[in-house]
Amino acid sequence: MGRTLAEKVWDDHVVRRAEGEPDLLYIDLHLLHEVTSPQAFDGLRQAGRPVRRLDLTIATEDHNTPTLDIDKPIADPVSRAQLETLRKNCAEFGVRLHPLGDIEQGVVHVVGPQLGLTQPGTTVVCGDSHTSTHGAFGALAFGIGTSQVEHVLATQTLPLARPKTMAITIDGELPDSVTAKDLILAIITRIGTGGGQGYILEYRGSAIEKLSMEARMTICNMSIEAGARAGMIAPDQTTFDYLQGRDHAPQGSDWDAAVAYWKTLRTDDDAVFDAEVVIEAAELAPFVTWGTNPGQGAPLSANVPDPASYEDASERNAAEKALEYMGLTAGQPLREINVDTVFVGSCTNGRIEDLRNAAAILDGRKVADGVRMLVVPGSVRVALQAVEEGLDKVFTAAGAEWRHAGCSMCLGMNPDQLAPGERSASTSNRNFEGRQGKGGRTHLVSPQVAAATAVLGHLASPADLSDVRTPAGV
Amino acid sequence: MEAFTAHTGRAVPLRRSNVDTDQIIPAHWLKKVTRDGFEDGLFEAWRKDENFVLNRPERKGASVLVAGPDFGTGSSREHAVWALQNYGFKTVISSRFADIFRGNSLKNGLLTVVLDQQVVDALWDLAEADPTAEITVDLEKRQVLAEGITADFELDENARWRLLNGLDDISLTLQNEADIAAYEAARPAHKPRTINA
Ligand code: SF4
Repeated sequence: MGRTLAEKVWDDHVVRRAEGEPDLLYIDLHLLHEVTSPQAFDGLRQAGRPVRRLDLTIATEDHNTPTLDIDKPIADPVSRAQLETLRKNCAEFGVRLHPLGDIEQGVVHVVGPQLGLTQPGTTVVCGDSHTSTHGAFGALAFGIGTSQVEHVLATQTLPLARPKTMAITIDGELPDSVTAKDLILAIITRIGTGGGQGYILEYRGSAIEKLSMEARMTICNMSIEAGARAGMIAPDQTTFDYLQGRDHAPQGSDWDAAVAYWKTLRTDDDAVFDAEVVIEAAELAPFVTWGTNPGQGAPLSANVPDPASYEDASERNAAEKALEYMGLTAGQPLREINVDTVFVGSCTNGRIEDLRNAAAILDGRKVADGVRMLVVPGSVRVALQAVEEGLDKVFTAAGAEWRHAGCSMCLGMNPDQLAPGERSASTSNRNFEGRQGKGGRTHLVSPQVAAATAVLGHLASPADLSDVRTPAGV
Repeated sequence: MEAFTAHTGRAVPLRRSNVDTDQIIPAHWLKKVTRDGFEDGLFEAWRKDENFVLNRPERKGASVLVAGPDFGTGSSREHAVWALQNYGFKTVISSRFADIFRGNSLKNGLLTVVLDQQVVDALWDLAEADPTAEITVDLEKRQVLAEGITADFELDENARWRLLNGLDDISLTLQNEADIAAYEAARPAHKPRTINA
């Protein structure tokens, strides 16, 4: 019987397999950041263990870093201490680090791919659940906890039980205004936040094959929001083109050998998935969340749902609690929800293509009065590229704030936060209670919807904007 | 890791589904660089409400958390497990846990027990009707016991063995050094490297 993509990559990394034990899997790339590593380094120190493979390990700073005044000392002493701990640990153990101010600094899941370190058929781990992002390259990539971070540092392996596989097939053409973000939000609403639990998802079908690497990363990024261990997309010419010439991409004969291997990384025709979901691309529309988990979403044209309409008691209860927290009433049109903050950024939508998409809509338009818009590139490299293309000028001319790279408002760990009761349209991946700051209310959206929402001051898609653009040159 | 054989304690019934790790321990607590001192951050936002179940005097000292489905979704932060343990929980019961949270819990000796939602409902009813009611989680027998309730649970043999013996994963893995070295010797040259070795 044939094998799925996930099974092939898994099998190629089994160091040891024994009856009644989890497989011991080799890890090709270990990404570190300041939040989930300090206790792991402590563990190594206590046990007197070195980092086994410094050449497969890399660290950056992202969660705690401010996006303004980055040349000044970090104001919050606790954040500063955490960053200093990472710097001290990396220096002591010899780990390559890209700290704040470095040209390769940025959100860990933006940095790995752009350096060309994330490659098809590799295993990638990081103490961060959105490591699933790297699956866009046909890598098996998943988030791990701090004990596992320590385990990988010490052994470059992880004992793991093999997850099941689920095919998510999206055939057809995505309608014009529909992006990868809308697609993944629709998938999560369909299968639920626990729907992918225990599975590695493989996104496939003609709609996926047409997507850019940036868009594929957006989709794989949010696999974890469906509860999945990982999400993957088979590598193809788009993947190879993205990688070729990057700093750590193979070169010369290694490149040829790599591509020959990468081309084998496709699910065999006779392989069997443990579960399958099929979605028609043509039926999709811009999608936003109304609740406090990423599975509580709906097309932008819909209304806030009535909790009473849920048959399942726990879903009903969750919807009631969500509406209360979000300050919404059942039946309210989603388009009429006003926001005071718009955030474009994060490892979901902080790459160059995302910024281009948002800028294309803001060009010649203004952010609505009373709305604050933050545009935060996912990495310094993304920022430099955006500046080269003049996107930063488009954002500032529209009245948005152009910030330095980092996780920023994706989570309330750095100075960029929502105040209690504030409402955002955010291109990040989590709308959990308090995620963007205590009492903050989050609607997850695509960069295009974020930009249109910024202009109109309420949740909106680019199609709602037809008559508000100032003619070019005026 | 401390070994886990069996634990008996009073319960906290948490009637909520989809309790994500941002609720268990909010992000601003993640700046700490230790594994302890997270108890005050546990469910921090909800604890502002004096009626929140954890705040009730009759729940003081309870050590068994009985939660709704999809407990521990969201981020990979192991701090969520440390916060529960720092607060005094020894075991968490739910009909469904998020994968990463479950893995983290078992690595730290916090036993996460999966039971059918009907059994969870019965445990909730019991704990609400009688806050002094005790629940026993017996890992040797793989059984949860409470007044009128006996429920078997599953846990794979390997994870159970590690918990029962309080074994440290890293030393176990390092016993396979020869296998790891052999695998490394055969890795293709085209695999990425972060620095030149
Ligand atoms: S951008 Fe958000 S989701 Fe991504 S790594 Fe940073 S905090 Fe996590």
